[in-house]
Amino acid sequence: MIQLLNKSKHGYKLLCVTLLLLLFLILIVSINAGFIKIPLSQVWSAFFGNDIGNQRLILFNFRLPRIVLAILIGAGIAVSGAIMQSISRNELADPGILGINAGASFSVVLYMFIFHGSSFLTGIMSIFLMPFTALLGAFIAAALIYGFSRKRGKVTPIRLILVGIGINAAFASSTMALQMKMEPQDFMKTLTWISGSIWGTNWSFVISTLLWLILLIPIAVYKSRFLDILSFGDEVSIGLGVSIEKERLKLLLIGVALAGACVSVGGGITFLGLIAPHISRALIGPNHKKVLPLSALLGSLILLGADTVGRIVMSPTEMPVGILVSILGAPYFIYLLMRTK
Amino acid sequence: MDKTNKVADELQDEASYKKKIGITIILFGWIAVLLSVIFSIHFGASHVTYRTVWESLFSYNDNNSAHVIIHDLRLPRALAAVFVGAALAVSGSLMQGMTRNPLASPSILGVTAGASFCIALAFAFFPDITYGKLILFSFVGAGFATALVFGIVAISKGGNTSVKLALAGTAISALFTSLSTSIGLKFNVAKEMNFWYAGGVSGIQMNQLKYAIPVIIIGIVISIFLSRSITILSLGDEVSTGLGQNTRIVRILGMVAVLLLTGAAVSIAGMIGFIGLVVPHITRFIVGIDYRYIIPCSAIIGAVLLLAADILGRMINPPFETPVGAVTALIGVPFFLYLARKEGTNL
Repeated sequence: MIQLLNKSKHGYKLLCVTLLLLLFLILIVSINAGFIKIPLSQVWSAFFGNDIGNQRLILFNFRLPRIVLAILIGAGIAVSGAIMQSISRNELADPGILGINAGASFSVVLYMFIFHGSSFLTGIMSIFLMPFTALLGAFIAAALIYGFSRKRGKVTPIRLILVGIGINAAFASSTMALQMKMEPQDFMKTLTWISGSIWGTNWSFVISTLLWLILLIPIAVYKSRFLDILSFGDEVSIGLGVSIEKERLKLLLIGVALAGACVSVGGGITFLGLIAPHISRALIGPNHKKVLPLSALLGSLILLGADTVGRIVMSPTEMPVGILVSILGAPYFIYLLMRTK
Repeated sequence: MDKTNKVADELQDEASYKKKIGITIILFGWIAVLLSVIFSIHFGASHVTYRTVWESLFSYNDNNSAHVIIHDLRLPRALAAVFVGAALAVSGSLMQGMTRNPLASPSILGVTAGASFCIALAFAFFPDITYGKLILFSFVGAGFATALVFGIVAISKGGNTSVKLALAGTAISALFTSLSTSIGLKFNVAKEMNFWYAGGVSGIQMNQLKYAIPVIIIGIVISIFLSRSITILSLGDEVSTGLGQNTRIVRILGMVAVLLLTGAAVSIAGMIGFIGLVVPHITRFIVGIDYRYIIPCSAIIGAVLLLAADILGRMINPPFETPVGAVTALIGVPFFLYLARKEGTNL
């Protein structure tokens, strides 16, 4: 199957179409799933004006924004993971494992803590300020990781990951210290949020996330040939005349920005950025021009799937989607770990 | 020839000097522990004089509220810090010695996360479980996680490297933490679980310690008993088989000690990171590579460090308490980063 896809010219397109269909299928299940079940026939009629009860409200104000957000966040995190794996030449890299999520989480929890009860937390402003806060935290974490793992002008993949584990622990425990000072409701909110939960079920959140993705994913795809070159290793890149440090830094910024924007509405989702690029590489090979879009698709698929399952399993409460992704992702990570030397 | 002799002599001198420091710590370190315990009891929201501390210990009076505070709140807390600190430090020393891996420690290898996962299960399904049984759950979880992490590293390609061990531990930690969180949310025990999870010795009661302290003492005694063999193990498998040591038995006993120590520590104080990583390194720096000195000294240093971290956590932002796990992380993370940078290339 894999070889078949690699050889066939249409394989990639076929794959994308199949995945899109699958995504659509899950979308339909997801619309239906939840505390209030809405039969498909009524979904259809609600879409086209014939509103029975509050179904239109539930659909358009709660379910659909959430579904769209899951699709967007999944895509963003997956592309971010793909970028990080290539620039660190480490197939175990992921924004969650490297501590970038933890940095973003910390700054968002700090934001919630400082602006507790003020309009900065509840008003429309927060929808656009929150991503910036998360972004700032993500960049600080990335800068710390990059700075600490640089030694004599070189960043080795191993050091990058070890330093990431350390930075992750630092931010996680600082977040915990903050959480302990919060009031019970705020505490529960941050806990579910840190575990990775799509909480901004609101079209404004969709727009604020979409803006980042529309901006960043195309740039990443445009830069994908640098990712191809970087993944060969520094010697090859220098030989090909690419100024590696500069390109690495630019791509790192894109990856971090994507992760930060997604964390601000999706919380700390770990392992998704690991799984999606791996599966797509296994399916269509190492060409990043194809890997990035395919990862995005797979990321959306996995996250929407996990969110839907979380809603069905835990009904009437909800299981944070990040937890499900971790429960699936950690064994996969371990499998990869056992395979790599 | 002359030169090598000189170097050897210097090394010998340094080793015997470090040995002397080790003996000094073992002989007088408990005084430092005692003093920190007294300071920990003295320090707090309601003012207690040293005299009252003394009286409450040796002529306890039921009607004196200061005595009651000391007996029910502050003394258990200080004792918990002493024993948890010692247990985690010794557990980390054993792990580092046995695996010859500078990053090995209970929290990084996911042992604490495994133990807390089982405790979360206990909270959810047996809400009125006794502390004695809670410790059992903790052991099972610790054992399960240890077996998983070492199993993964053992059957993976390329074998046991520090990075692999750290990564496998991180993944297992993430898995168990996710599972614990989902149990916490599903069964509505998240907040109480998280308080306990964050790692703390506040609110500890004497009857919790009643079960844990004997276990920790047994663990430390086994470790001291094994210490000579651990030194030989830390020199490498070839050396140790060459010297006629049964490495398998030493490893099994060592693992048992690690589980007893970590399980008991987690069952009273939750997830306290980095003590098990940092203390063994500090101790080796001070007393050298002989585990006969490392193990008792790391117990003493671990106890003092955790007591200090607990007191610091109370000082940072009164009247709120900063969880001691967060304080130890703030001490431990820079150290971890230092290790990652220093040995990053040959790990």
